[in-house]
Amino acid sequence: MYKIVLAVRYLVRRPITYFAVLAVALCVFIVVVVMTVMTGLVTEFKQKNHKFVGDCVVGTESLVGFAYYEDFMKELLAEDVIEGVSAVIKSYALVSPVGTERNIGVEIMGIDPVDQTKVTGFGETLYHHEGDVSRAFEPVYEPNLGGCVIGIDLVLSRDSKGRYSYDSGPAGIGLAISCFPLTAKGALAKAGAGLVNTKTFYYSDNSHSGLARVDSSMIYLPFEEAQLLCGMGGSVKRASAIHIKFKPDVKLKAGCERVASLLSSYKQKKAGEAQAVLLEKVSVQSWKEYRRTFIAAMEKEQTMMTAMFALVGITTVFIVFVVFYMIISHKSKDIGILKSIGASNANIIQLFLFFAFLVGLLGSAIGVLGGWRFLVHINGIEDWFFEHFKFQLWDRTIYAIGDIPNAVDLKVLVIIILSAIGASLAGALLPSWQAAKREPVEILQVSQL
Amino acid sequence: MNKDEFILKAEAIYKSYLMGVTEVKVLEGVDFSVDKGEFVAIVGASGSGKSTLLHILGALDKPDKGVVAFAGRDLSRYSGGELNRFRNKMVGFVFQFYHLLDELSVLENVYLPTMVSRGVFGWLECRGRARRRARELLEQLGLAERANHKPYQLSGGERQRVAIGRALMNEPNILLADEPTGNLDSATGNGILEVFEKLNRAGQTIVMVSHNERVAQRAGRIVILADGKIRRA
Repeated sequence: MYKIVLAVRYLVRRPITYFAVLAVALCVFIVVVVMTVMTGLVTEFKQKNHKFVGDCVVGTESLVGFAYYEDFMKELLAEDVIEGVSAVIKSYALVSPVGTERNIGVEIMGIDPVDQTKVTGFGETLYHHEGDVSRAFEPVYEPNLGGCVIGIDLVLSRDSKGRYSYDSGPAGIGLAISCFPLTAKGALAKAGAGLVNTKTFYYSDNSHSGLARVDSSMIYLPFEEAQLLCGMGGSVKRASAIHIKFKPDVKLKAGCERVASLLSSYKQKKAGEAQAVLLEKVSVQSWKEYRRTFIAAMEKEQTMMTAMFALVGITTVFIVFVVFYMIISHKSKDIGILKSIGASNANIIQLFLFFAFLVGLLGSAIGVLGGWRFLVHINGIEDWFFEHFKFQLWDRTIYAIGDIPNAVDLKVLVIIILSAIGASLAGALLPSWQAAKREPVEILQVSQL
Repeated sequence: MNKDEFILKAEAIYKSYLMGVTEVKVLEGVDFSVDKGEFVAIVGASGSGKSTLLHILGALDKPDKGVVAFAGRDLSRYSGGELNRFRNKMVGFVFQFYHLLDELSVLENVYLPTMVSRGVFGWLECRGRARRRARELLEQLGLAERANHKPYQLSGGERQRVAIGRALMNEPNILLADEPTGNLDSATGNGILEVFEKLNRAGQTIVMVSHNERVAQRAGRIVILADGKIRRA
């Protein structure tokens, strides 16, 4: 009990301990703010990728695509683990605004907007047709024209605060889209006949997925139109991928395994068919695997950031070590007194470790509260800095970031608090152990006072 | 332990220190014993090894050679835990410089040895008794009004009386006092010696170290320490 009483009194009555508390609080504050923002960005990025892809993708990297996808979609829909499926065409195209000589390379994605919305968050990314995705490819200014949905960064610019300058309706822009159609064997389907399929589509809506690369390079077309442009139509139709959404209670891994099993059986069933060879390169990937290239980069940044902040933790350990070394040197008389009345070495270590625990706990509490308050106002603070000093953490004209993420993750918070307390204990361990080792007579001799 | 069998006995105690590269022999074969209820004063010149001997008797220090036995049992055979219990319950120390904890009140300083000997729950269970005992001691020592003061608010004599209260808290078999009046003026020192005399009359065994022979005269037996050995008074 005396250990608790003395530790609390040391904490309250020794101003030098305030430095240790302040050091812990500052480190915790910095780590809470940076980790919350970083974790928020990574989580948001993953969610956006998940919404873009759905739960699972059956597909091939080949631009030729694979055949017999319709029958496989029927088999998938018959499964009780699957809520929806959507066939997709993916390819590359040259786009030229009608009446100009300019052209740019883009990615095209052929989709059925209704199916795609059932499986992914496509419907939510639209601006003019958000409530009625079935008409996503109908330009409001001329519904009979073939429409296309354009990645938002291809048509709209953002202001310095990251806001898009939306119009009341999409401008009447015609885009001539040219693709190189391929045969099932991968040869150019129109060799000697101009090579490309070209068709004009009209800007019907824009799509804001929040994924910078997608929004700056993707044009969505009606599925059948894209299929024809890419040479995947005809008697044996082909698609690039099937996006799948599982029922809510289905675990991602279990769902993907089920789909993989179905695909394996399906491949065997179609083994004798003319274009069965295309099915060989078809694989099943969860959304995480499918978007791994992009997510891994972000996760690597997060890991690097965590490693950097582990160094902040080491600094905390060092500060606590120095402060405790000073405190314990100053309190050596107390240690001698306590040992002279029967306190053991372990008791002395426990006393100072409990003291360090209090320093860590109080520092963490202050740091967490400060960090939380700061995060609540972080976007307001950034706005203020931008208005007065033109400073932004992320240039919104470049980065696809809206507000700075500030939702505090309880799990991360608990880890930070425990780490701060651990750092305080680590910093205090050596001075405490050295103090406990000393003989009482060595401390209490007159010459030592 | 049966207190009637109590005896503290030191035989052939040797102790030396290194001062730089020079070995300073402090005790060179000290034989010394205390009977129950005795008030013994150890006197000697400064640096004669009085305090060293007292620390060895109270298990605050270890001899290089020799045996210290408490109630017939060699202290060197005590385990670490037993030595801690010995310091906590069997002996009470009074130091020249009081050595009170500044963070604790007078009352808390007095009952500190009881707190040290108990865990949290043990302390909660005996807290009331310990506080009553500490208050009684403070009353006997004339410090009842000072219970809630901090040590730095007291005079030297008052602090030494608090230290005596702390030393008596666990009713030790023997009270070891190292120059208890060395830092006090004559009148205040006299008051402390009167406390010791009163305690001794009540049966408390006391070993006191002093360089002042007038102070030592207040004890029942005087032992002179010179040249590292005991010379009877």
